[in-house]
Amino acid sequence: MSGATVAPASEEELAEAVADAARNGQPLTVEGNGTKRAMLRPVQAARTLSTRNLTGITLYKPQELILSARAGTPLPEIEAALAERGQHIIAEPPEPGPLFGAREPATLGGVVATNLSGPRRISAGAMRDHVMGIRAVTGTGEVFRNGGRVLKNVTGLDLCKLLSGSHGTLGVLTEVTLKVLPAPERSATVALRVLDLPAGVRALSAGLGSPYGVSGAALVPDDGGRGPLALLRIEDFAESVAYRAGRLRDELAGMGEASLVADVDESRGLWRRVRDAEPLGAEPGDAVWRVSVRPTAGPAVARAVRAAGLARLLFDWGGGLVWIAGPPTAEAHAAVVAAARTEGGAFTLFRAPDSLRAAVSVLPEEPGPLAAIVRRVKAALDPAGVLNPGRMRAGA
Amino acid sequence: MIRLPDPKPEVLARREEIVSALRRAVPGEGGVISEPLRLKPYETDGLSAYRQPPLAVALPASTEEVAAVLRVCHSIGVRVVPRGAGTSLSGGALPLEDAVVVGLMRMNRVLEVDFDDRLAVVEAGVTNLAITREVEGEGFFYAPDPSSQLACMIGGNVNMNSGGAHCLKYGVTANNLLGLKAVTVEGEVFEVGGKHLDAAGYDWLGLLTGSEGQLAVITEVTVRILRGPEGARAMLAAFKSNEIAGQAVDAIIGSGIIPVALEFMDRPAIHACEAFANAGYPLDAEAMLIIEVEGSVAEQDMLLGRIKEICERFDPISLKVAETAEQSLAIWKGRKGAFGAVGRISPDYLCMDGTIPTGELPHVLRRIGEMSAEYGLQVANIFHAGDGNLHPLIMFDANDPTSFGKAEAFGADILKLCVEVGGCLTGEHGVGVEKRDLMGVQFTAGELGIQRAVKSAFDPGWLLNPAKVFPLEGNAALGPAPASVPHPAAA
Ligand SMILES: Cc1cc2nc3c(=O)[nH]c(=O)nc-3n(C[C@H](O)[C@H](O)[C@H](O)COP(=O)(O)OP(=O)(O)OC[C@H]3O[C@@H](n4cnc5c(N)ncnc54)[C@H](O)[C@@H]3O)c2cc1C
Repeated sequence: MSGATVAPASEEELAEAVADAARNGQPLTVEGNGTKRAMLRPVQAARTLSTRNLTGITLYKPQELILSARAGTPLPEIEAALAERGQHIIAEPPEPGPLFGAREPATLGGVVATNLSGPRRISAGAMRDHVMGIRAVTGTGEVFRNGGRVLKNVTGLDLCKLLSGSHGTLGVLTEVTLKVLPAPERSATVALRVLDLPAGVRALSAGLGSPYGVSGAALVPDDGGRGPLALLRIEDFAESVAYRAGRLRDELAGMGEASLVADVDESRGLWRRVRDAEPLGAEPGDAVWRVSVRPTAGPAVARAVRAAGLARLLFDWGGGLVWIAGPPTAEAHAAVVAAARTEGGAFTLFRAPDSLRAAVSVLPEEPGPLAAIVRRVKAALDPAGVLNPGRMRAGA
Repeated sequence: MIRLPDPKPEVLARREEIVSALRRAVPGEGGVISEPLRLKPYETDGLSAYRQPPLAVALPASTEEVAAVLRVCHSIGVRVVPRGAGTSLSGGALPLEDAVVVGLMRMNRVLEVDFDDRLAVVEAGVTNLAITREVEGEGFFYAPDPSSQLACMIGGNVNMNSGGAHCLKYGVTANNLLGLKAVTVEGEVFEVGGKHLDAAGYDWLGLLTGSEGQLAVITEVTVRILRGPEGARAMLAAFKSNEIAGQAVDAIIGSGIIPVALEFMDRPAIHACEAFANAGYPLDAEAMLIIEVEGSVAEQDMLLGRIKEICERFDPISLKVAETAEQSLAIWKGRKGAFGAVGRISPDYLCMDGTIPTGELPHVLRRIGEMSAEYGLQVANIFHAGDGNLHPLIMFDANDPTSFGKAEAFGADILKLCVEVGGCLTGEHGVGVEKRDLMGVQFTAGELGIQRAVKSAFDPGWLLNPAKVFPLEGNAALGPAPASVPHPAAA
């Protein structure tokens, strides 16, 4: 599927390459460093267009909480520049290494195009919530901007949101402007050993419904054979973290056996593992799904997929994000899809061998009345259908 | 004056027939309004200089009735102007002569509240404040808090992607939504998102938010509700110049503190608010900040202490840290009454809404001051300092036929300046009719073309809230010939 790769060094050349592809009706696989190639469906294209040579931070104003970088900029480079000024990327996107076995780092464009967010999603928003501006190239090779470089902007239709999470099918991002924030001085975690999954989600709901500003709420279904473990994170200035984590532990103590991870490195390490879904324990050959439901429905999803033999699970986002790993079979997939549907949520076949992900719907269908609208939006932005055909849905 | 498209004669000619079809779509008392006198309340919105009674008003009470109304309009080719409370400051809800206003105010039920999943499902006509009222008993609130929150409705908030004084910490409407139920221009009902975060696939929820009634009519909204903090307290800091106050803002954010609110007022705004509210604002200051923090009392003390220390480095004229909730309220009192206060000095004013990179504040305020002298119109500036959203209030005299035109030109110049320094035309009030013709200042023709194409994908016949957001030029769907609404003062 990879075939020849072009990696233009400027937006202008990239636009030309897309325009060429459109003229010749030659579909392109669009990627940054290609770390998430195994996500969703395999793309049907002979050539690959990479943004990996469009690199560099183009604007960073710490006091304005704004950073712009070209789409191919590796995330660690951005994180490092932010860390120098005590700031960070708010949505805490996962690293592709543990999840996809990638050796290279993710690029900014890739993380935005997949709208991947980590544990802080529950309190501070998704990756797409912090995309303040984009530059992108349409499927005909036209360069356009949307949004801007300020924190509040409602001028015109919000195509930043439309392109975030569009997996490169509506345009090739060439530059992204993010809202960034001061990185919290401290992190501490309240860990609660609970009886079962519903009790775990109840504890997470209680924590998220407390006034203490919980910024991460995860549930490990089986912590080394000792039963489920609920994790609640507090991040802020040292004084606040000490006070609020203590209050939270005391208030949740009736819901399970509570302990406090007060060491900042230990707490951060814990959440890095949750972010990268390490406690899921996915085997190399496993398929991995993400199901998003209302938090209290998380345990019901678990029951349903366990009944179908899918035993490896991890909950984040207060119980509403269910990571599932198991055999990459059509039956397993059908069980996940059914569980998500029953609970009124959404599923993503996050990672799977080509044979499975080419054969099934990796995302829920678009709502019926939107079908024609979706076709027209795609036709407006990529009339020749050259951008990542088949990536999200077969034949689109 | 802003041009509106010519009414379609074939629609005007079929008025009776359209009204009866609407009555069948929304049966019962109060479902359809067509008597000229009763249309009056709908002829304008928060941009009251523009007035135009619609063909008729439909007030559906359910999603099904909204769908039925849209099917009627679509089948006859009638334009539709969705409307919430009509508080839009950009003329977003301004009717057209040949349009049916679809008012959502009768859809005002809270359908579900769930504290464990921290969400509420409400109909589009529920007011912003009513959501918080519904959940505050349990200590929860709905975060975006536009100053108009007593009146404005969630459907309007979604379509304007409204913000509020506390969006520096809690985000704007877009960041606080989970799902929508909506009706297409053809009258088909669909849902996006749900009760979960980040529905997979294209982000229709994000695209519909802030779409100013261009893409669909929203009938139900699922919002996130949040548990409130233990407490909140404000402080006031006054400085000798706009520059210095701007530097203080930079230093606060640079120290890693993100207050929940960080409001800036310039000298005219301070004076107007003080005269109105007697809030104890320092009249010798050139600029003033209201800074609010949250948490336990000890946390408030810690944060306010740090912020006070920072402000002290900038030679403040006065620093006042509230000791109690009452003192906090007193500090906010002037700011919250700002519109009323300016209204007392000048009954007619335009509220502008650009955003600038915060570092450009001193330059922009200096230029606005110069323009104010050039135009001979007073202006007071209120600014969400943390996020760069600037609200110049331009005062004019509606009895003077030239005054309104000058105010509009002054406003346009301010917005052009915002774009020139790297900002944008509107931070939270929307483009509406007001800024429609300035879109070319911020976007290239190609960029606007792409946005128009997305609009066309939802609304191929341009029946939904036409003549807003996108310039009329080069838009075949809106007819070629010019027509304009005369301003009452100019007429
Ligand atoms: C005194 C005052 C203070 C204000 N303060 C703020 C503030 O602090 N922050 C802020 O952001 N704004 C503020 N506003 C502006 C205004 O209140 C907001 O834009 C608000 O969201 C509008 O809500 P509404 O219900 O009045 O909508 P309307 O004015 O009725 O409509 C707004 C737009 O949305 C469309 N629309 C409305 N409902 C629907 C629907 N259900 N489906 C599709 N389209 C729809 C309309 O066609 C129109 O384009 C203020 C206005 C006033 C008068």
